[in-house]
Amino acid sequence: MLSVQNIVKQYEGHRALDDVSIEIPKGSIFGLLGPNGAGKTSLIRIINQITAPDEGHVYFNQEKLNSTHIGKIGYLPEERGLYKKMDIGEQVIYLSRLKGLSRDEALKRAKYWFEKLEIQTWWNKKVEDLSKGMQQKVQFIATVIHQPDLVILDEPFSGFDPVNADIIKNEILELNDKGATIIFSTHRMESVEELCDSIALLNKSKKILEGSVKDIRNSYRNNIYKICYSSQEPLQLITPAFVIIKQVLKDDHNEITIQLEEGAKINDALGYLISHTEVQSLNEVIPTIHEIFVEKVKGIE
Amino acid sequence: MNKILLIIQREYLSRVKKKSFIVMTFVVPLLFIGMYAIIGYMFYKKDELTDIQKVLVIDDSKDFINKFKNTPALEFRYSQQPSEAARGEFERSTDDYLLLIPKDKKNLQLLSQKKPGISVIGDIETQVNEIARTRQLVAAGIDTSVLNAKQAQLRLNTRQITEKGEEDASSWLAYGIGFVGAFLIYMSLFIYGVQVMRGVIEEKTNRIIEVIISSVKPFQLMLGKIVGVGLVGLTQFLLWIVLCLTIAGFAGTYFSKDLHLKDQSKEQIIAKGIQNDSPVDEGAAIITALDSIPLGYTIGTFLFYFLFGFLLYSSIFAAVGSAVDSETETQQFMLPITMPLIFTFIISINFVINSPDSPLAFWLSIIPFTSPIAMMIRIPFGVPVWELILSMVLLVGGFLLITLIAARIYRVGILMYGKKASYRELIKWFSYKE
Repeated sequence: MLSVQNIVKQYEGHRALDDVSIEIPKGSIFGLLGPNGAGKTSLIRIINQITAPDEGHVYFNQEKLNSTHIGKIGYLPEERGLYKKMDIGEQVIYLSRLKGLSRDEALKRAKYWFEKLEIQTWWNKKVEDLSKGMQQKVQFIATVIHQPDLVILDEPFSGFDPVNADIIKNEILELNDKGATIIFSTHRMESVEELCDSIALLNKSKKILEGSVKDIRNSYRNNIYKICYSSQEPLQLITPAFVIIKQVLKDDHNEITIQLEEGAKINDALGYLISHTEVQSLNEVIPTIHEIFVEKVKGIE
Repeated sequence: MNKILLIIQREYLSRVKKKSFIVMTFVVPLLFIGMYAIIGYMFYKKDELTDIQKVLVIDDSKDFINKFKNTPALEFRYSQQPSEAARGEFERSTDDYLLLIPKDKKNLQLLSQKKPGISVIGDIETQVNEIARTRQLVAAGIDTSVLNAKQAQLRLNTRQITEKGEEDASSWLAYGIGFVGAFLIYMSLFIYGVQVMRGVIEEKTNRIIEVIISSVKPFQLMLGKIVGVGLVGLTQFLLWIVLCLTIAGFAGTYFSKDLHLKDQSKEQIIAKGIQNDSPVDEGAAIITALDSIPLGYTIGTFLFYFLFGFLLYSSIFAAVGSAVDSETETQQFMLPITMPLIFTFIISINFVINSPDSPLAFWLSIIPFTSPIAMMIRIPFGVPVWELILSMVLLVGGFLLITLIAARIYRVGILMYGKKASYRELIKWFSYKE
């Protein structure tokens, strides 16, 4: 769908993107992650053709990115904005016509979306009369009204209350079901694991990680397990199968976090434990994207 | 291209639909007419509006006794007392001025309770000189009554020799039209230029800019905005011109009807032997003089200079708007824009209008930054065709060049937030690649 190849973007005194390459599969929900200032917005602006890269190329459906692709991309910037004094119905039509829709088509789809998000009564209101959450809905409609193949959402949930955030999330998933590829740019990791198929992690202008969420998390598995058992006493075990990383004593049960030794199997560990105590539950601890993110970013510093 | 039209449409309609536009269109001409009516009324009735000033005359030479003429503003009274005593009387009295004329008629003194007005001094001086001159003439044996009877009020009737023969060279009307044209351009460059700048700042602070330039190129947006606002200005001017011509048309028929009536009344006036320059007379003169100015040509050049002057200045305004985060930060960039405008306007109404063919006038009307105003002053006086074409070509060229420079700053500026823009910064932005 979108192939970013060796992009370099140099600003006065600092390099915003340094040899960044990303592959975004068709129909995926792709998370573009990174701390503030990592270069996410710079990359998004290049994909949107707001700015041009100094080096490297972007390919959209195997074609070199050009102005005919503008109508196929929908962009919700992090900093939202609408004309304050303009009726929102007119405004949505204007923005969709700028994306290449005819007036009739724009009107039809705007009506459809206004009904869908239950804001049809606001058609003649001005933006300054709306609450922030309402404005976000309007902005979202303006982003997707031209049925883009690629939807780029920069921090889409900021400013939404939980109810509206859910509505928008479902709309995003529906768009994705219908075949749209979605790029999510965020530094809030919890939403990423839930929605994204693949991610790329940017830090200090460089890509430091890319892949499917599952693969990445699996590759960061460290054979760590968390086991709950019923005992009033902490376990004192020295075995060849595992080392104890952490023990937590609670009222009704204890928690132990172990890491398997090289070559050992979880069943070996369980064997030791079962002979000493009553095991209530066992879970593998797979690092969250958040933890991987923090580890990666800190590791570089 | 289609997208530029969309932007122009939005910028145009969003402004024309505003109440303030409609109000401006109808109220401003009324305000102007009202203002001139008040000034005219005050000028016409100025004698009634001013207090009568009392002048006490002490004439030791006795030549001036009872010779001063009372005017609507001045009332003369004479005293036979010696000057010292008169002075005491004057200080106690309600008289405003004390005119002391010594025996040798040198060192005349005007004493006053307050600071004397210039017109009062002028009036008294004129009367003193006239009386003294009449005395001299009489002393030389000339009959002043004969002299006065022969004295004619002469007026220069100016006619310009052109290819078509002689034409009325009504300089005063050219003066007026030039002034009004230059003033309108000067004002509108400010008003509409600042509107462009506000529009840019609004888009930037609203952050809608990023949505829009993911659909169109920054240059398209800038051009669309400038042209849209420019069309608003043109619409306003066209409406004003139509309004004024309609009013002038009505006034014209009114005056020409009046002309007929007046012929009869004039006979009566002449019969009474009173000289009277009625205001109706002047009104009719304005209408005939207006015919001598090529209206289409003047309006056409006015619209051209407004449009391109506006395009030139508003692209600079747009670049300034893109460089700042709020209107309060525009101060440091406004001065270099407003300086040439103010400078040209002041020079134009003071010098160019008095000598429209001087080298200074020529250069000011050729340089793109100053030509919209300076040329408007010169147009009604007649400008050689080659100068006009040169000026127009340079203005269009200047507009293209400035727009290219402004667009390069604009495209970087609109995406820069929270960065204090300086001139050095702007130069850097200009040299950025895409």
